[in-house]
Amino acid sequence: MAWNLDSNRPIYVQLAEQVQRDIISGLYQPGTKLPSVRELASQAKVNPNTMQKALTELEHSGLVYSQRTSGRFITEDKEMIETLKEQLASSQIQEFLEKMSCMGFQPQDTLHLIEKILKEGQS
Amino acid sequence: MSTILECSGLTKKYGSRTALNHVDLKLESGRIIGLLGPNGSGKSTLIKLINSLLSPTEGSLRINGHEPGLETKKIVSYLPERSYLDENQKVSTYLSYFKDFYEDFDTVRAMDMLRRLNIDPALRIKTLSKGTQEKVQLILVMSRRAQLYCLDEPIAGVDPAARDYILATIINNYSEDASILISTHLIADVENILDEVVFIRDGQICMQAQVDEVRLKQGLSIDSLFREVFKC
Repeated sequence: MAWNLDSNRPIYVQLAEQVQRDIISGLYQPGTKLPSVRELASQAKVNPNTMQKALTELEHSGLVYSQRTSGRFITEDKEMIETLKEQLASSQIQEFLEKMSCMGFQPQDTLHLIEKILKEGQS
Repeated sequence: MSTILECSGLTKKYGSRTALNHVDLKLESGRIIGLLGPNGSGKSTLIKLINSLLSPTEGSLRINGHEPGLETKKIVSYLPERSYLDENQKVSTYLSYFKDFYEDFDTVRAMDMLRRLNIDPALRIKTLSKGTQEKVQLILVMSRRAQLYCLDEPIAGVDPAARDYILATIINNYSEDASILISTHLIADVENILDEVVFIRDGQICMQAQVDEVRLKQGLSIDSLFREVFKC
């Protein structure tokens, strides 16, 4: 999968976000080993130093942990992943609601609209 | 981290024209550094001084503590702006030249990269397209286990797919204790692989910064920053 990077924001921050998304989505399962820095850097087409920095960030947050000789692993703390997932989802929804409000939709109107669109999708 | 390159008061004059004007610069090992500046700003002059193709008018330059010369040629791998490959020679001839000239040349690695690109070493250089010729040069240069790679405009004049290949080759062959100095004006294409940038203008270093710091503090890509700094 291509990594879409925006050159206006620090690359390491975006790499950390992407790996975080891959953990939340289950692409990387709890307790499993993360690909090596070099492998990930090559996938993302970035410098290994930058990828290293991104993974160090994730280590600080506790989402991944490193084992001296065998590499980096995803946390086994499923609760932590769930919490993060919720946080990410709610910030996405907040952002969406703000955009809708800019177009003049109250949260209630937005909700009705969503329901309507979902129904149409089903039929 | 150790210092791989240190310039102090480095000056180069061509007759009455000053190409580099009292440059003080320090580069550390283990980093990918972009040397960015408009045409005629002194990028190639600096790279040629590092490779002792030119000698300084004033000031000094040290690579891993040595003045440019025999010792430094062993540890610096140089990709010039223009091809120096003799078109009538075969790719394999250059593999053996490099093997003879440089102790740190890794033939297995070079062969492996050529094979992946389906380049037959028995072919003569002139039968290859311009893009393929550039790839062959880069493969030769990156197959050395050098401590400093100087790449002068490695992606100019090749198509975007070849650019991607070249950048991937640079990343994949980069070892943590080596540094890579890339001179280019195609900033948007390279900025995601850089650790650090050095902006050069009228023969002087006008900025040296960590790329992610620039993005964090100024909210700008290196490309946008360059356009701002060098606005005509």
